[in-house]
This record gives sequence, C-alpha cells and structure tokens, in this order.
Amino acid sequence: MREGALRRLQRRPEVWLLAVIVLVGAILGVAAPGFLTLANIVDLLETYSVQAIMAMGLFVVLVSGGIDISFAATASVAQYVAVLLATRAGLAGPLAIGVGLLIGIGLGCLNAALIHFVRITSIIATIAMMSVTFSLLMYFSGGRSLYDLPEWWTDRVVFWQTESPNGDLTRITLPIVAMLVAALVTWLFMTRTPIGRQLYAMGGNPEAARRIGANIGMLQFVAYGYLGFMAAVGGLLQAHRVGESVPNAMYNTELSVLSAAVLGGASLSGGIGSVPGVLLGIVLLAMLQNGLNLLGVSSYFFQIVIGLTILISTSITVLSARKRRRHRNPSEPLGTPTLGATTQEPARV
Amino acid sequence: MTDPVPFLRLTGIGKRFGGVQALQNIDWDVRPGEVHCLVGENGCGKSTLIKTVAGVHPPTVGTIEIDGRPVLPLTPSRARALGIQVIFQDLSLFPNLTVAENVAIEGHLGHPERPVSYARLRGLAAAPLRPPDFTLDPEATVADLSVSERQIVAICRGLAAEARLIFMDEPTASLTRAEVNRLLAIVARLKADGIAVVFVSHRLDEVVEIAERVTVMRDGQKVGTWPVAAVDQRRIGNLMTGLDIEHAVVARDMSAAAPLLEVRSLGREGEYADVSFTLRRGEVLGITGLLGAGRTELALSLFGMARPERGTIALEGKLLDLRSNRDAVDAGIAYVSEDRLGLGVILKQSIADNIILAELQNLRGPLGLIPNGRRKALAAEWVKRLAIKISGLDKPVGTLSGGNQQRVVLAKWLAARPKVLILDSPTVGVDIKNKKGIYDVVAELANAGVGIIVISDEVLEIFATCDRVLHMRGGRILEETVPGILSEHQLEERIYA
Repeated sequence: MREGALRRLQRRPEVWLLAVIVLVGAILGVAAPGFLTLANIVDLLETYSVQAIMAMGLFVVLVSGGIDISFAATASVAQYVAVLLATRAGLAGPLAIGVGLLIGIGLGCLNAALIHFVRITSIIATIAMMSVTFSLLMYFSGGRSLYDLPEWWTDRVVFWQTESPNGDLTRITLPIVAMLVAALVTWLFMTRTPIGRQLYAMGGNPEAARRIGANIGMLQFVAYGYLGFMAAVGGLLQAHRVGESVPNAMYNTELSVLSAAVLGGASLSGGIGSVPGVLLGIVLLAMLQNGLNLLGVSSYFFQIVIGLTILISTSITVLSARKRRRHRNPSEPLGTPTLGATTQEPARV
Repeated sequence: MTDPVPFLRLTGIGKRFGGVQALQNIDWDVRPGEVHCLVGENGCGKSTLIKTVAGVHPPTVGTIEIDGRPVLPLTPSRARALGIQVIFQDLSLFPNLTVAENVAIEGHLGHPERPVSYARLRGLAAAPLRPPDFTLDPEATVADLSVSERQIVAICRGLAAEARLIFMDEPTASLTRAEVNRLLAIVARLKADGIAVVFVSHRLDEVVEIAERVTVMRDGQKVGTWPVAAVDQRRIGNLMTGLDIEHAVVARDMSAAAPLLEVRSLGREGEYADVSFTLRRGEVLGITGLLGAGRTELALSLFGMARPERGTIALEGKLLDLRSNRDAVDAGIAYVSEDRLGLGVILKQSIADNIILAELQNLRGPLGLIPNGRRKALAAEWVKRLAIKISGLDKPVGTLSGGNQQRVVLAKWLAARPKVLILDSPTVGVDIKNKKGIYDVVAELANAGVGIIVISDEVLEIFATCDRVLHMRGGRILEETVPGILSEHQLEERIYA
C-alpha cells in the first residue's frame, strides 16, 4: 500500500471545504448572532435549493468534460412556458409540469447535438444557446411576469415543522426535500451506474473512452439532457417558492452555480468532482452571502467573492497539478534520490 | 511448415488510405502464447497493421483468421471480444479514476441497467492484479502512478478483458533497465498463461531477448519473419531501413575552438540539477538519456522558457538572464522542438510565413510593415539552401511531407541566424533518407560556426552527428563521452542500465 486511508482523505477537497465551512460558520456565528440559528440555516437551505438542484445537473456536465452556461436560461424558459400553459390554457398540473420538464430535456439535448454532431466547443455552443433561448423568452413574453399561478403550484408543502420557544418557525419544505432527492439521485447515478462511471471516464480521457468502446454521443446527450432536466426542475420549483414567474428572475444565477460546483472540487477540465463536494460548495457560498448580508456588507461585494472563488479555486487546482507533475517526472523513471526533498516517497510494497 | 494452428493469421492484407498504400500484401501469423517482435521505422505501417487487427481500420483486401476462423469484418469491440487487446503508447488510461476501476473499466460497458458494485469491480481487478508481479494499491489514483506502474495497469486491463493476444506499442520507450526487466518478467508470466504478446517498436531493443520471432516491416510491406536467434541487431537495422548504412563516426576534436555557450551548475527544482558544460563554436554536442531524464527541461531553460533556479548561462562570455524565449532568440539561441507538428510549425500557414516567423522583427520596413519582397526572398533563400521540396512558397506547410516540414522548422530558426541551435529529437517520425539530409544540414551548420546541441535517445543519431555526448539521468549529467571511444552498443547499454 502506498498511502493510508487518512492521507487519501486529506487529499480530498471535500475535507478541506468542510473545514473552511466550519471555520466560516464559527466566525459568522460570533459576528452575526442571528446566523447560527436553526431557523436561519433551514431558511438558507430553502433559498439555495433551486441553485443546488441546478448545480447537480451542472456537476454531471462538468464531470463529462464539458461546460454549460445556458441552464439558467433553460430553467427560465421551462418555467415560463409551464406557467403560461397552466394559467392561460388551464393545463392540468401533471401535464404542465411534464411539458416544463420536457422543454428542459429538449434544450439540453439540443446543446448535446450542437456539441457532438456539429462539434462546437461546449462553452461556445451553450453561450449561444443561452443568448438565443433567453432572448426568445424575453421577446415573446415582453418581459411580462405571470402572477396568477394556480394554487396547486404555489401551496406550501411542509414535510416537517417545529417551533422554537421564541416563536421562530422552522419548516422542512418541498424545495429542501427536492434538493436532497436530486442530490441523492445524482450521487447514485454518478457513482453506482455504468453510465455515470463512463461519464467520469470520458471526462478523464475522452480518447481512451472512445477506444474502450464507450458511446460518446450517447454520453453527451445523457449529460446535457440531465442538466436540462435538473434546470427545469429548478425552474418549476423556483416558481413554487416565489409564487410568480418572472422571465429574468433566474438570469445570472449560472455564475454562482458554476462557482459552487468548482468550489466543491468539480474540475473544469473534466473527470473530477463529487456530489457531496458540490453540496458543500453551495453551502459555503450560501453562508458567505447570507453572513455578509447579516453583517450589512454590500451585495456587490458578494459578486466579488464569487468571481474570486472561481479564480482562486481553479488556480489552486492547476498549480498543485503542475507542481505534482513537476516533482514527479524527472525522478520518476529511476527514483533517484538526487533531487533532494522533491522526490516523492519510494514505492514500498 | 509444420506450425501449430496460429492464434492469429493474416493473409494478403492490404490497406489504402486515399492514394496512399499503407499496407501491401501482408501475410503474418502469431502463435498462441508466443512473444513476437514487430519492428520497423516510423511510418512503415506497423501502427496501421495493429489498427487493422484491432478492428479500427478495415483492410481493403485480404483475410484475418483467429483460431483458424475468418473474422472479418472486424469492429473494435468484436476484436476485443475475440481476445485482442492493444496497449497504445499513451496507455489510454483514465488518470482521474482508481487502479481498480481502470482495470475493470470494460465492466461498465454493455450492461447499463446493472448497478455498479465496487466490490465486484475490486474482484475483477484483483484477478490480474495479483502478486508478485502486480503489486499496486487498487485504490490509488492512476494520476499518482509512475509510467511503469501505469503500464502495469494497462496490462492488467487487458488481462481483465480476457486477452489472448496483447499488442504493446513501444512499451519500453520510457522505462529504465530495471523496469524493463520487470516488464519482461510479466510477459513471461503472460506467456505461461498462453497469452501471446506482440511488441511493436521502431527499434530493436531489450524485448528481443525474450521473443521467439521477429517480423520486420518496411514501406507498408513485410520484409520477413525470422527466429530471433537467426538475426542480429545490425542485420535487423539494415532490414528495417533497406539500406546498408554505416554510420561513420563524425566526432571531431573541438577542444581548441572558442567557447560559445557556457553552462555552470544549472538547476531547476524537480527537473534537473547541477548541470555544467561548455559548447564550443562549430561543435555538435549530443545530450542523451531516457525520456524524462531532464533533457527537454534543460533545453527549455536554455531557450528561456523555464527559468533555472540556480547556476548561470553565458554566451560568448556574457552572462545571460533569459526571462522568455524572446530573450533567447534575441541572444542568438534557437530551439527546434521535439513535437515539431504541435509546436514547431503552423500547419495552416504558408511555407514562407512559417520560415520568416522568427525574423519578423528584423524584416520590418518603414512603418513597421513587412515588405512582401523581402519576405519572399528570405523564405526562398532557405528553401533553396535546405533543399525543401515545395510546389510554392504560399502553400500551407500542412501539404508537405514530414521530412520537409522538419526542414521548414529548421529554416525558420536558421533564418534568424542563431549562434546556438538546439535540436530536440530532430528526426522523430522522419524516414531514413530524410534523416540523412537533416544530418547533412547539421554538419553544414556546424562548419559555418554554429554551436549545435542535439537531444536524442537514438544512439545511432548521436553517433552520426555529434562530436561529444553528455549522458543525462535523473536530471543530472552522468558522464561525458566521445562517440567512437564507446561503441554504439556500449552507449546504449549505459543509457538503459
């Protein structure tokens, strides 16, 4: 054995992220007394549930070695069309939801088709798709919000609730449960199904994946279709939470979702990342935003935090990979100890 | 012939790509449990032959039989199902996954509905990963393994897929002698299990020791198959090239010439350490050693692309502080990279534009623009001097043959009239006749007073070009020798020792 379980654990970004979260939580708990209360935390979870669900989808695309910028636009379109059908055409609940989900999957598959068949780089294809779908939505909706959502859509679904002595109500609601289900499903999908493992393989070495006979095209459709589906789920839930459909309400969330995923250890070059990591990434981002809010810091500052997060975490990944490569290669073929402290531990049996 | 039924038999195999006849009338067989060497120069059709057997390229004519049964048409998955595994030189592993998952990766195909069981995965991987030959932590991530450990992972993957014939493409290119010995032990075990192994190589190396037969290819044709005992290194070399080339030792004693480039105690953490040498005017200095010995890293530092952390570089007695390759070019140092197609030329641009690339600054006329006449004149001059075969200066470089592309890269740097020229593996992928041409250019430049550093792991190349040789290992200069004092064979043994 070359290294113990503990050392392997230390190398996992999730562990470090958890440490940072505990630290930030402790600091915020002291600085902002309202922060570390059950009610605030659960409230925070619900606020970020939609982003977390979309992050699950994005995580799958990132692991496959691609990227998607268009999912927030996809979510907006799926939401608006479904609400429109439910309010103006009086479509039944399951039908409206079904149409919304299908729109999400369809737009995701369109991305996959552009990337796989036309061979457009994923970032270009999805930026273009974001522009097209979002602008179409704004054009046809005229930017008008829809307020008269049917009751079945906006009624709170409470799974569990409790009241603290001071009267704070804590409720586990549908968005939180949906987020947990989405995380569980994504985790099972990516770790326990052959397709999920093939997505990891494709993200790690696409040429090798092709050589072992993985169906690259199918995998692309699965990844982007899955993200489209999750985006639509997020869109429909967002309308449920706020009780209205505002065409541009979710515009601009793609960046914070992306930074949460990257923060959680998902590599932008593919093949690396985990569901717990992405969830922790969301949690950290939520804590920062909420905590800074409670401390009365400007919301622009949060945008700075998001941008810096992407820069710093990607830089660390790239730099540590480069360092590891550099420290291994020259000494590697021979394992000569001549290069002093830089040589890695010998491969003992 | 009273051979046993071969595992694999090719009859009259031919393959055309457009107008190019890549394979012609190949009859070839591999016996069960045999160790076979397939050798030939780069571009002789070895890779095409492997890909034909692996089902990647269907042959234009001919038949392929496995266990005496015709198997065409062959697809990659069918070939694998029949027990044919190819370990490509890049190993085709997934660096982000564990050893166990890499070995058992094919278990993820075919049953999309069956949930992944990591216990089953480990079981699948454990079968080939058994000691004493394969002692790897199944939970280790492949990105953290050394090259030879990765090779073991690739072999185990073939075994897990129930291979009966494993092609290994250049398996020893980056291994030390000790690691090669380990590989040979593994191959012996495969043989004992009845698995045939075909080593594919562009040179005859250590693996011949344990092979039974060797097949030589040249220009898309099979030259012949012989028992290993019947041929020696020199004969194989001649059969591969088709030329009876005597590599005359060219080494001259240059110790009286003026020092040009003086490198003292140069070091860069994790790459090379304590490197000192002097290159004299008009001298050709070879740097050899295994892949990863620090040769290329050193060259990149001399070219200003990776700053050394310790030591000094002086050119004509003046200390250099190279912060970028621009500094190096300005100082008169040129570098022709190993990856000539990736880094050396811009394939889509014209021959003329490629040649003048390093001279753009000096070609500028009034207003900072480049006059077309001067551009063409400079390009034409070097096309003529290097005898580059072109149909027009404005044709894209991508339309030229490999050897001529190489010359365009040379021309690009020579146009800048360098004092020091660093050639990294200058003839990789170049056929024997063009190799000779490049060696001639090297000699001509040296006579004109340019100091030349040739980096190569081909001993023949070193002998054909260099006056002195530095042997690098593990980032350090191990020894300095003069071609001719050591024989080719002795030097080769030292490199791979």
